[in-house]
Amino acid sequence: MAIIDDLGASLEKLPGGGVALTTLDGFMGWSRSMSEWTYPLGTACCAMEYIASSFSRFDFDRHGSIPRSDPRHCDVMVVAGTITRKMAPVLKRLYEQMPDPKWVIAMGNCTVSGGIFYYDSYSVVRGIDEIVPVDIYLAGCPPRPEAFQDAVLQLRAKIKAHSIAPSNERPVRSTLPNADTPRKGEGIAEGGERS
Amino acid sequence: MPHDLTVNIGPSHPSTHGVCNLLVELDGEVIVSAEPRIGNLHRGIEKIAENRTYMQVIPLTDRLDYVGSMYSNWAYCRAVEQLAGIAVPERAEYIRVMMCELQRIGSHMMALGPAGSDAGATSVYMYTFAQRDLVLDLFEAVCGARLTYNYVRPGGVSLDLPDGWVEQCRAFISQLPGAMLELDRLLFGNVIARARMKGIGVLSREDAIACGTSGPVARGSGVDFDLRRDDPFSVYPRLEFSVPLGDNGDCYDRARVHLFECIESCKIIAQALDQIEPGPVRNDDVPRLIAPPAGDTYAHVESARGSLGVYLVSDGSVRPYRMKVRSPAFSNLSVLPLLAKGHLLSDLVIILGSLDPVFGEVDR
Repeated sequence: MAIIDDLGASLEKLPGGGVALTTLDGFMGWSRSMSEWTYPLGTACCAMEYIASSFSRFDFDRHGSIPRSDPRHCDVMVVAGTITRKMAPVLKRLYEQMPDPKWVIAMGNCTVSGGIFYYDSYSVVRGIDEIVPVDIYLAGCPPRPEAFQDAVLQLRAKIKAHSIAPSNERPVRSTLPNADTPRKGEGIAEGGERS
Repeated sequence: MPHDLTVNIGPSHPSTHGVCNLLVELDGEVIVSAEPRIGNLHRGIEKIAENRTYMQVIPLTDRLDYVGSMYSNWAYCRAVEQLAGIAVPERAEYIRVMMCELQRIGSHMMALGPAGSDAGATSVYMYTFAQRDLVLDLFEAVCGARLTYNYVRPGGVSLDLPDGWVEQCRAFISQLPGAMLELDRLLFGNVIARARMKGIGVLSREDAIACGTSGPVARGSGVDFDLRRDDPFSVYPRLEFSVPLGDNGDCYDRARVHLFECIESCKIIAQALDQIEPGPVRNDDVPRLIAPPAGDTYAHVESARGSLGVYLVSDGSVRPYRMKVRSPAFSNLSVLPLLAKGHLLSDLVIILGSLDPVFGEVDR
């Protein structure tokens, strides 16, 4: 991957390199989008639907989307299930272990915003975008396998448009929420709004 | 005992059945101790419940045991009904029994599939999940959700059975015993699976009782205990069924108990379908805001994992003062250090799988 990344950077500078770059982008986008190997970080209910989607009835292998259990093999991390503060460092570390380019699908309301546990829970992270950059937000509690299928196809379109030029690197948050960090929506709760 | 290696398994590991973190100390390949470290999915459901009205707690109970949400719904609603003295129509009780037996089948499919794939036979999972999807179809027809149902309510169930559901259900239960026997040959007739499971993780009858295990884990060790029969609730006294028991308490017996319980569940559903009569499915006198008199109660049901209990304390207001869930998965997981000791590291996964923990319920 390092060679290709360098190639993108050097192509950009050459005269006529833009044309070559877009051609290469098209090829790379096509090949990457057709084999989204997913890393299932299944923690709770959504993991059941994730498993269902990879089995006989919904059969995700036909999209080239195969679950692998090692983050080092994977392009897409599917965070399926509630992420608690205890689990947050694990999520961040697993994300950092994945090779670039990498994408994240936030599957289910818990990972999008904290969902049903947004209010009154002292331990649930209110959306994994506090920790890792998210590409696809998939709502539902839990989302149906068909919805997950749609998310994978939407991500495929996004990957196709992804350029190998080094301009779209996204930072990972270096700080993790801990007991002292103000949480998302903390002010709202103090303002008197109740669930 | 000497040990030369400490291995950390999980919390994200393909074979930990959720977010279990195991700290394993090894002497070569042999496990000296295996300590489950839980809490990675602790969402504080019991605490959140104190800020919800009695009705609003039901969706939270869905997320406790997400493989068998109907049980948590039912256990909680039974507690509320006992606390507030709410009567339940007979038809609703039959529907609850049918739903929970279907849920048992669906949940046991989630136990049998990994039992195969942990031992290297991944194809078993495909067969079990095909059956599980059929169960989920039935649930979807009834309440519109595949996993989190919010179906059982204090005083009945939320909706009546839709048209054609009974036929769909009969078609399902008529093919299931045959599929189970096929699965029996496929998994338990397999020489490799037998070799991997027999004699592994033996739980003695005494230990099973001492550690407070229940459900298939206890019954696999020969503990003849089933709440449906021993503390009859709902319409179970009118239904005939037997309780499958294991002899040796090893992984093989525990997994096999799961399989035969599915066949027993089929018999229960068939009887319930014959006995059920038209009528109301919900007690209309139940108010939206239930304010039970001050007091406490404990209600339990036999879930797919064992004795699932809910302890509710009311201070007379519209919100529960305290909700405590007695989780069978937690008690069953507590025997893991006992079972794993002295076995090979590769057997640990099978032992953990045979206990069938669901971490939503362990960590709550």
